[in-house]
Amino acid sequence: MTIPGVRLFGHRLTWPAALGLVIIAINLIGAVGAPWIAPFDQADVVCDAWDDPSAQHLLGCDNLGRDLLSRLLFGARMSIGLSLLITSLSFTIGIVTGFTAAIAKGWVDAALSRTVDLLLSMPSLIFAFVVLSVLGTEVPVLVVTLACLDSTRVFRLSRALAMNIVALEYVEVARLRGEGLWWIILREVLPAARAPLIAEYGLRFSFAFLFVAALSFLGLGIQPPDADWGSMVRDYRDMINLGVTAPFWPAGAIAVLTIGVNFVVDWLLAIQSRGHGENA
Amino acid sequence: MRALIAQRLALGFLTLFGASVLIFAGTEILPGDLASALLQNNATEENLAVMRQELGLDRPAVVRYAEWFGGALHGNLGKSLATERPVADDLAPRLRNTLFLAIYSAAIAVPLAILLGLLAAVWQGSLFDRAVNTITLMTISVPEYLVGYLLMKYISVQLGWLPTLANVTEETAIGERFYLTLLPMLTLVLVVIAHMMRMTRASVLAIMASPYIEMAFLKGIPKWVVVVRHAFPNALAPVISVVALNLAYLIVGVVVVESVFVYPGLGQLMVDAVSKHDVPVVQACGLLFASAFIVLNMLADIAAILANPRLRHPR
Repeated sequence: MTIPGVRLFGHRLTWPAALGLVIIAINLIGAVGAPWIAPFDQADVVCDAWDDPSAQHLLGCDNLGRDLLSRLLFGARMSIGLSLLITSLSFTIGIVTGFTAAIAKGWVDAALSRTVDLLLSMPSLIFAFVVLSVLGTEVPVLVVTLACLDSTRVFRLSRALAMNIVALEYVEVARLRGEGLWWIILREVLPAARAPLIAEYGLRFSFAFLFVAALSFLGLGIQPPDADWGSMVRDYRDMINLGVTAPFWPAGAIAVLTIGVNFVVDWLLAIQSRGHGENA
Repeated sequence: MRALIAQRLALGFLTLFGASVLIFAGTEILPGDLASALLQNNATEENLAVMRQELGLDRPAVVRYAEWFGGALHGNLGKSLATERPVADDLAPRLRNTLFLAIYSAAIAVPLAILLGLLAAVWQGSLFDRAVNTITLMTISVPEYLVGYLLMKYISVQLGWLPTLANVTEETAIGERFYLTLLPMLTLVLVVIAHMMRMTRASVLAIMASPYIEMAFLKGIPKWVVVVRHAFPNALAPVISVVALNLAYLIVGVVVVESVFVYPGLGQLMVDAVSKHDVPVVQACGLLFASAFIVLNMLADIAAILANPRLRHPR
């Protein structure tokens, strides 16, 4: 399944991983370059509602006569950008608390671990609903809430990783040298836990991405007029009965990006499980 | 074994209690309070004071929690802020609808997933195995609403076989109900079947590598008998836990699928309540969803203990 002669970070690239990387690259280019690539602005009404695809409007128009392709590109910016922000924040919280729990042990570890157990005892969508019902659905609220909920999973992984690393001699040496908590987290433990955390980042990204899309689809995520893939599916869904394909573009885009990320994550995990051999 | 099960039950109820605290606390963490969130621009000092009095916010949180949880145990879930009717009255028919859909889906998905998993394990490496594997891998990554709308577009709109929306009412006859919810059921089955089927296949194959299976083959027992009689019982524990995990996932998936097919269930009620800031309804729905999730996980652990002969007998 590997592509002969093609290597990335010294590892043979598999076909699905290459496909995943291409999908991610296309999405990132679309998201970053939306203002330049998109033929129209996301909020401009440039044609009649539900115009068929034409040379000018490659994917046709939406319910208000906005260019569908442009909205899809700007939507990528919102959906992907937001998911990256949530995942990064969730990783910061999760890694710091997870490593702290592993290094400090004792009651700190017990308190953090039991809290996380409790948060994981119910579906995160349900708890997110409870919090959002009082805090509203502004973007900063959404980011912080989802990041906190997601960080519980990062906590579990980083705590487990750090438990093994903290027991090694060089960390003991740093501790005896009198280094502080931050030094041990950032300079001793983090570099050793990097590889599995990167794979987890991909996995968490696709979760956050699907989560935001689902919330927007339910009308509790990104609010109009901002384009976002989940809310686009929601806006266009009534047209299914009339045979319009509009809802399938954003929904398909969500699925394709998720599959792409999962392909790359699979590859990263396969590399790790095989270790650092030349043939890996 | 009794001690193990008792322990697991106690842990389950403790978790349930913790979850209720969390759901209650989740609505308390906002910087202002519920009264100012509800009034927004009309929040003068007098209005706020009246509102707080009405909502009982002038009393300490612990007291309010005790009242809320105590009431919930007796089936009194408070009054909806939007309709001012008792939450339990609105909840009951919705809960029945959601349970109907979830059980309907589970009754199809669980046997089907285990059968497909066993077949894929028996015919490992065959065209069937690879086809089932690829299709389920794809359905894992695809969001529920895409599956739902694709089914809707092709089965209802183009072929006209089934209704697009599942508008069930109190009066809908049971046969009609099965027909109307066929499409939402299919969507949920497709979404949850993948993990269960793959896990069944993986755990059966893992057992197939053990020496006692080789022995069974050497005795000349046909392959499917080896799989069903010798390998499957030992693969049961991981299968039970993954089935429970997916049933729990089904509870969450139901929220989105209900929205796709405009099915009057608990998920729809909760989503509406969230956008209306109707906190008592959200808390009640949250408590129900969380309990279902926790109880399912508890039952799965107990079933796994019962399925494992080594745990069944004390050492």
